[in-house]
Amino acid sequence: MPQYLLSIYQPDGNPPPPEVLEPMMARLADHASRLRAAGAWVFSAGLLPASTATVLRTDDGRVAITDGPFVEGKEHLGGFNVISAADLDAALAWASELAEITTLPIEVRPVRGSDAG
Amino acid sequence: MAELAAAEIGGVFRQEYGRAVAALVRVVGDIDIAEDAVQEAFAAALTHWPSDGLPPSPAGWIITTARNKATDRLRREALRPDRQAQAARLQAARPEREEDTVPDDRLRLIFTCCHPALSTAAQVALTLRLLGGLTTAEIGHAFLVPEPTMAQRLVRAKAKIRDAAIPYRVPAEAELPGRLAPVLAVVYLIFNEGYAASSGDSLVRPDLCAEAIRLGRLLAELMPDEPEVAGLLALMLLAQSRAAARTSADGRLVPLADQDRDRWDRELIAEGQAIVRACLRQGQPGPYQIQAAINAAHSDAATAADTSWDQIVQLYGQLLVVAPSPVAILNRAVAVAEVDGPQAALDLIADLRLDGYYLFHAVRADLLRRCGRSDEARRAYQTALAQCGNAAEREFLRGRVLSLTGN
Repeated sequence: MPQYLLSIYQPDGNPPPPEVLEPMMARLADHASRLRAAGAWVFSAGLLPASTATVLRTDDGRVAITDGPFVEGKEHLGGFNVISAADLDAALAWASELAEITTLPIEVRPVRGSDAG
Repeated sequence: MAELAAAEIGGVFRQEYGRAVAALVRVVGDIDIAEDAVQEAFAAALTHWPSDGLPPSPAGWIITTARNKATDRLRREALRPDRQAQAARLQAARPEREEDTVPDDRLRLIFTCCHPALSTAAQVALTLRLLGGLTTAEIGHAFLVPEPTMAQRLVRAKAKIRDAAIPYRVPAEAELPGRLAPVLAVVYLIFNEGYAASSGDSLVRPDLCAEAIRLGRLLAELMPDEPEVAGLLALMLLAQSRAAARTSADGRLVPLADQDRDRWDRELIAEGQAIVRACLRQGQPGPYQIQAAINAAHSDAATAADTSWDQIVQLYGQLLVVAPSPVAILNRAVAVAEVDGPQAALDLIADLRLDGYYLFHAVRADLLRRCGRSDEARRAYQTALAQCGNAAEREFLRGRVLSLTGN
């Protein structure tokens, strides 16, 4: 079965106030448990802010370490799910729930080698 | 047996290509293999039909031949495990009459081509390629994109369908409203690109209009219970009925009010109006149905002066309720000008933010001209001219600028 990476993009800065965040977290926990019950869950993680990121680049075979993140911007990867789904529509159905709960943009990308291809 | 002309086989190709590709995609699950097999089958038809005559069911012959070609290819490539599975699927469940087993094959394929995960440009190109049977060169030419660019667009879109596993499926009832919208938008976009080519030398690219209407008829046949599908077909038929009157013999644009109404196609009008009446009885209005009704109101008028502008203003009001947009406000203002005069219309469009839309400037220019504000009108025509890419429409606008310059 194909697998998909669902990337959640978060604006930098402070998280929403508790009265917004708490019901959101409760709904996310429910979403995660339904994902597991459906056998669709592969892996998931929430990330610390992009200001904690470190970037490595090779230059002439030497690895240089700098302060991150890799891409400058106002939004960064905030967390991700890897799910398995029958096809893109099934993956998009899970991703739509996630977008609706978090109100954040979600990018869905197929995982290489997860199906016949 | 009489000799078959290549043109006749070409006609069958145009008529049956989409059906054959859709049927092959269902059994083989791969667009490229399906397309190659159908093309090989048509090549075989060019060899056999001229001497053997047209088979009783050309579509069935093409699909059976394509299925055999695909099976041969998959067997040749059978070292790959996925190919063995595909070849087995092809041979299983061989139907009695290939062409009418699954009537919604083409419907599945059009929903795949117009999947919201694909860009609009890719949706349009895939639909014309896979369901219309247009060549990459023809699609590139129609949209003024170099052939290699169009070829790359198609390759990328087909790769995304395969790699992201976009399914071949008619969406469930609950998803249908959201998923039908891009399908209708693609067909209407193809029609509009043919009807008012956004750039290029001729006002109309008739092949695209005919293709869009063919797709519209197909959708209406496959989804008879969707009023917006019927509405889109009626809208296209009614617009198309005026195509011959829209350009003069020397290729100039003729505005609706100045058209020779004897040159309107009465058959298309009758068909379009019948669909509009059937839609009205269903009582589920949507943007395409309302725009079709507006076109039907124009078609009802024997002369421009007989136009029922009150009714048209009212219909635009309905359109603004179901699908509010600045362009709809602009179009309503054009109708209001006929009822309450050009100043009332100018007031309605004063706050519109459509600076990048040449028709906004053209409408504003016309209203200013009718108010006697020649200098402002000329400037607005010049702005419209600077933004318009279609040669016939530019010619019309240039004529208006000149007529205001002499005074």
